[in-house]
Amino acid sequence: MYILTIARMELLLARRNMWVATSVLLMALFNTVLTLAGGAPSGDLGVDPLTIAATSITTLSVYLIPLIGLLLSFDAISGEAERGTLALSLTYPLSRGEILLGKFFAHLLVLAFAIAVGLGLTLVLTVWKHGTDGLSYAPIGWLFITSLALGAAFIGIGYLVSALVRQTGVASGIVIVIWLACVVLYDLGLLGALVADGGGTFNISVFPWLLVANPADAFRLINMPTETVSTLATGLGAAGAASGLASQIASLVLWPVGTLLLAWAAFRRIEP
Amino acid sequence: MTALQINTLSKTYGEVRAVRAVSLALQPGERLALLGHNGAGKTTLIRMILGLTTPTSGEIQVLGAAPGSAKARAAVGYLPESAAFNGVLSGREQLHHFARLKGAPVKSADDLLDRVGLSAAADRRIRTYSKGMRQRVGLAQALIGPPELILLDEPTSGLDPISRHEFYDIVDDLSHAGTAVLLSSHALTELESRTDRIAIMSKGSLVANDSLDALRDAAALSIRLNVTATPDGADRVSNALGGTRINGQSVLLECMPEQKMPLLGQIMALGADVTDVAVASASLEELYRHYSASQAEGR
Repeated sequence: MYILTIARMELLLARRNMWVATSVLLMALFNTVLTLAGGAPSGDLGVDPLTIAATSITTLSVYLIPLIGLLLSFDAISGEAERGTLALSLTYPLSRGEILLGKFFAHLLVLAFAIAVGLGLTLVLTVWKHGTDGLSYAPIGWLFITSLALGAAFIGIGYLVSALVRQTGVASGIVIVIWLACVVLYDLGLLGALVADGGGTFNISVFPWLLVANPADAFRLINMPTETVSTLATGLGAAGAASGLASQIASLVLWPVGTLLLAWAAFRRIEP
Repeated sequence: MTALQINTLSKTYGEVRAVRAVSLALQPGERLALLGHNGAGKTTLIRMILGLTTPTSGEIQVLGAAPGSAKARAAVGYLPESAAFNGVLSGREQLHHFARLKGAPVKSADDLLDRVGLSAAADRRIRTYSKGMRQRVGLAQALIGPPELILLDEPTSGLDPISRHEFYDIVDDLSHAGTAVLLSSHALTELESRTDRIAIMSKGSLVANDSLDALRDAAALSIRLNVTATPDGADRVSNALGGTRINGQSVLLECMPEQKMPLLGQIMALGADVTDVAVASASLEELYRHYSASQAEGR
């Protein structure tokens, strides 16, 4: 009950602060561009145009969705603590877990709306260009669900940072570093290790698990299942796929749940 | 049931003993003013009653429940020292949110906006409010329920004199309806007639806790009599009574409470030379200084 009240307030704030408009605009813009640009070679390859579009969008979503997730969440607790609204909220008869879950549902809903608008545009544009013949909708469905899971993971990370540092300025700096580390530096590091090892035990037994341990890479692997596409896109695909679908899904489920639990634990220790 | 029961409550931050063995009780409908310098421990005490801060030792019961428990939080209203709200919300949106969190009807939030005089500005964003208007939003949210115990931390800071008057009217209504009121304040003069009991904190300890009259008696501070004489009679009055001449025509006398009636008799005996007598008991400010200082000397 209180969770819904908090979620309702957070949705109102997200609308007022233009987070909803910004997220939707970003997703709509990039999905439209990628759908129109990525559909061109589909005739030659004989591949379903929706799959091609989903693959292009995946490469972009890996960067964009974690960023939106972190931007929505980084001041959730630190911002309230800094403004002084947190102490008053905590004298009302609701638990900190309810506050956190209410915020989480609201932020997830904002993200879901933005992703749905983006993918909806992709669907409409593809049908408009190619008709409905031979379209396979499963990749788009998967992309929606896994995008949401990826976003949830980074919303959780944002809350954790927000509860640990309590200063919005510091929190914003930290989440940008986390974003850079997860979506760019982590892969570069792995690639470097891969080259240095040159086909040893690291490549076979450690690397696939390190890859899937990063939710951004797990997301990429799920949505680029064929070796060729995946290899082309990331250069990490072939060996990475060895971890299997189950572990990729596990990564995308465990990250949101784990970070939310840690954020809750950190939030409980705060004396406003 | 006792609205608030505090037994030998202490809070230590490292070396600093913010609150030292404070015991206090508050009955339904009672109005208690909590006075003290900055850093005397008032806010720490209030935060412990709210369950925001954990006591080092001692016990608090809020309406028979533990502070910070769901039952206690549902029955307590709180106005923070500087009430802060999200500026992008309107006063009405903010108050509706708080009403939902307290499980109160949204309509009651609209009524409260009326009561604190914010109905005209209710749909404007809080960002555009003056400090006094924000304070009214804070007061309105503390009144949701209505609460059985209300804690007001410096409630009249930022309010103009007329608003202060309205504020104390609201406090009186609450108290008549059975709400226990604990308010902390620096504005001493306005509290004299508006509270049932005065508690004074100094360096974390409770140094006084009684009605204003009882505190006056215990402090045995002198009473001031200002005697106004006719122009011709001023010298005769001054010679008869002693005291200090002021303004040529007045004589200022000080005496202990038990000497007041005999002294008044002496003044009456001077007959037509005296045109007026003003009697002033020790003000709350003097009492406050007395109790705060006696504590400081004792250490």
